[in-house]
Amino acid sequence: MFDHVTVADDQRRRLDDACGSVPWDGVTVLVGPSGSGKSTLLRCCNRLEAPTSGRVWFCGDDVARLDPLRLRRRVGMVFQRPTPFPGTVRDNLKVAEPALTDAHAVAVLQQVGLEAAFLDRMATELSGGEGQRVCLARTLVTEPEVVLMDEVTSSVDPAQRSGLEGLARLLATSGVAVLWVTHDLAQMRRVADHVLVVIEGRIAHVSHPTDVDANAPASVRAFLAGEAP
Amino acid sequence: MTSIGWSGFALSLLLVLVAVVVSLWKQLGLERSILWAAVRAAAQLFAIGLLLQVLLRPGVSILWAWLWVIVMVVVASFTVRQRAPEVPGLLQLALIAFGCSAVLTLGVLFGLGVFQLNVRTLIPLAGLMIGNSLAATVLVGRRLVDELRDKRDEVEARLALGQPAHVAAKPYVQGALRTALIPQIETTKAVGLVVLPGAMTGLILAGVSPLNAVLVQAAVMYLVLGSVATTTTVIALGVQRRLFTTDHRLLHLTSARSGR
Repeated sequence: MFDHVTVADDQRRRLDDACGSVPWDGVTVLVGPSGSGKSTLLRCCNRLEAPTSGRVWFCGDDVARLDPLRLRRRVGMVFQRPTPFPGTVRDNLKVAEPALTDAHAVAVLQQVGLEAAFLDRMATELSGGEGQRVCLARTLVTEPEVVLMDEVTSSVDPAQRSGLEGLARLLATSGVAVLWVTHDLAQMRRVADHVLVVIEGRIAHVSHPTDVDANAPASVRAFLAGEAP
Repeated sequence: MTSIGWSGFALSLLLVLVAVVVSLWKQLGLERSILWAAVRAAAQLFAIGLLLQVLLRPGVSILWAWLWVIVMVVVASFTVRQRAPEVPGLLQLALIAFGCSAVLTLGVLFGLGVFQLNVRTLIPLAGLMIGNSLAATVLVGRRLVDELRDKRDEVEARLALGQPAHVAAKPYVQGALRTALIPQIETTKAVGLVVLPGAMTGLILAGVSPLNAVLVQAAVMYLVLGSVATTTTVIALGVQRRLFTTDHRLLHLTSARSGR
């Protein structure tokens, strides 16, 4: 839950008194125009960003009071661009858990639709879509309760995009809550169980994907209609 | 002992003239820079020489030499900060780094009796230690900031897996340290093969036997290697600590052009 969260630096307020709750189940999509604060809001969830004021709550605990290292193993994150580390896919998975066995590694790879043979492939030589799957697998090694996905399909081709969207839906049905950031309304409709619309640093509207514009404020309706807020 | 006197010094200015002629011939536009560099070098060396003449008089306290060493550490630290303004807290870190290096390296050389401690040994050895560590100190700070800025996504991916800051930063700290240390390692490996290094050359010109001169030169090379390793490590660890928060977040880093 975001409780009057503001994130400000010298240049501007990236979040401005944002208030709202993320449902515990399914895929919640944070949608909004570029620069509206979606990624900043996401990064507050695993304390890669710290609010200037306000609080972020996770399972009843103030995120600022939790051990950030343990929090980040419970709230995993996949970034916009694939971030493979030097070495093999196995080496990458072991960054998350040094004691990882090959059996567990294979299971995690299968969870993201990759074959066991990927273990010995060099992670930096994979395609964009494969790289993102490895990054997701790496995140799943820590068995998170929530996975944050920050525009993860923006650098992959359409075929890989639908694969990653499918993985997010699969994760959600297996009991892992997914918080997905996008500015693509069509993707929002394909992926979301719940929608939070972020406009100019605030959570402007909360709804279901089927009726996002119902009872929406003017700024949200303008965004949905393709206009700049 | 080799002595060239004022006439020898004057004749050596012909070599500066060679550089000026080359600049004029090839239209490089560097004649004023060359002449100014020669004048400035001569003035600075004469000033240092006069000061050393005073300090080397019998009965002068070695405390004055230690004061000179402290001044060198301070000036070197300001120089490092000036060359890498984008590295946060570099002045303070450089003071600590050069200070630690001085304690460690001079402690070994004088504490274990490799050299006898006096004004004639302290100032030149401290100068060699500090002067030869400057470039590596600047390099490691700049390189680490560049790596953490350019590979921010990768660093944050490590942090997002629950790695503490010092573990997430480790590959980049190692890379920066290697970049800074390898040139000095290569210089140490090649010493004597291509050119005769300065300390040895000076000693031989002064009439010291070549064998004693090479022993001193070897000790000097090891002094510089130990000093570079110490200063770069202190800088790298200090910069790493300054670039992460206590809750393991990477600070936003500016580019070299925009400064701090």
